[in-house]
Amino acid sequence: MAQHAITLTINGEWEQVVVPSQMTLLQMLREKLARTGTKNGCMAGECGACTVLLNGEPVNSCMVLAVECDGMHIVTVEGLMQDGVLDPVQHTIIEHGGVQCGFCTPGILISARALIDRNPDPSEDEIREALVGNLCRCTGYLRIVDAVKDAAALSRQAATL
Amino acid sequence: MTINAHPELPEFDYIRPATLEEASRFLSDHAGEARPLLGGTDIFVRMRDGFWHDKYLVDVKNLDGTDNLHFHPTAGLTIGAGVNMNRVMTMLEVQQYYPVLAEACRSVASYQLRTRATIVGNLCNASPAGDTIGACMLYDGVLKVHGVDGYRDEPLKTFFLGPGKTVLKPGDIATAIQLPRPPAGSTGTYIKLGRNTWSDLSIVGVTALGSREPASASGYSFHVALASVAPVPLEVPAVHSYLSENNITPEAFIEAARLAQQACNPIDDVRGSARYRKAMVKKLTEKALLITLDRLEGRE
Repeated sequence: MAQHAITLTINGEWEQVVVPSQMTLLQMLREKLARTGTKNGCMAGECGACTVLLNGEPVNSCMVLAVECDGMHIVTVEGLMQDGVLDPVQHTIIEHGGVQCGFCTPGILISARALIDRNPDPSEDEIREALVGNLCRCTGYLRIVDAVKDAAALSRQAATL
Repeated sequence: MTINAHPELPEFDYIRPATLEEASRFLSDHAGEARPLLGGTDIFVRMRDGFWHDKYLVDVKNLDGTDNLHFHPTAGLTIGAGVNMNRVMTMLEVQQYYPVLAEACRSVASYQLRTRATIVGNLCNASPAGDTIGACMLYDGVLKVHGVDGYRDEPLKTFFLGPGKTVLKPGDIATAIQLPRPPAGSTGTYIKLGRNTWSDLSIVGVTALGSREPASASGYSFHVALASVAPVPLEVPAVHSYLSENNITPEAFIEAARLAQQACNPIDDVRGSARYRKAMVKKLTEKALLITLDRLEGRE
């Protein structure tokens, strides 16, 4: 079984890891690096609980091999908070009660952050389309969609300060 | 039988060759136990489900230009094998000249899956349900293939042999899909019927592409391709012939839709029955042609 030494950043910190070929990015984060914020839901690229940013773009980390991430930059839910301040998407999802069991939340926060980064003023339809790959069985999505809308507004305000 | 809801990937060796020559040689030397890897969105699911047992996955992303996405005003569009669907569908020239391809990409799964999924992977996976295949066929796509004897072209119209089966042989690597520039003003649509509005595999997929064609009796050229209703992605030449020779009227579209229905050969499966699929092919082909005509006439 081939092992590969890879170097990558996780939330801005360089890590050196030795991984077997078949280890996914999700397994590496959770089992090698104890970054358990990223959740393992379906292992089939459908539920989105394992969504992380890979070089700034959201991916299902269950569908990426760790070895493919050599030299790349990963952001997980643990990396959203900056200097002790919650990201606007974290702040508004709490404000709106968009968390119930919380299992889907890390993936939703990452997808929402990525959406606002590429589209600072998304419509409700655009928010719903961006969250198609993040299944939530508790909330019914309404509060999540409202939270993302407000997070976009907060992010725009922060950008103009 | 034990059902493991979270199967891990089986053991294999990940290979990252330095050149396409090296990759083709490795794949040829390990025929039957090695597979080229692009985004992996189909491969990993098939391996986890126990259908595929490859000993080697050979990563062909980032090799010799497979990461290029390029539009040339006369030659058209070249999409490298490693280019993901989000990149394709947001390219301005794709939206302008190949709008049906952009629409088809947008229908695939979710944003985060499309960060990994590739058009060339969708083609080589050769699923009859492949969402972007119809558009690539109707835009006269030709795959650039690197084999042990070097490069060759494989037109999509003769590429698919059956579900998951193509003309590719061990050692072959599809490095890009080339789409010539379509006729000026050509447009169309991709209608995907799934169990939900977004993200599901198609029960029926209808791709329609139209343009004005002064040389035809009708003054138009329409092409239709169908997904999920035959062992291979299916272009229906009878639709093109009929709508080239007859006046374009709502009745002509109904007849063309009937010809599409006649051409398909669906099966019953978990997503829908053959009977339902046949009925939907007729309905959705008519709808796709009407949308295409509206877009051609600038009514939408």
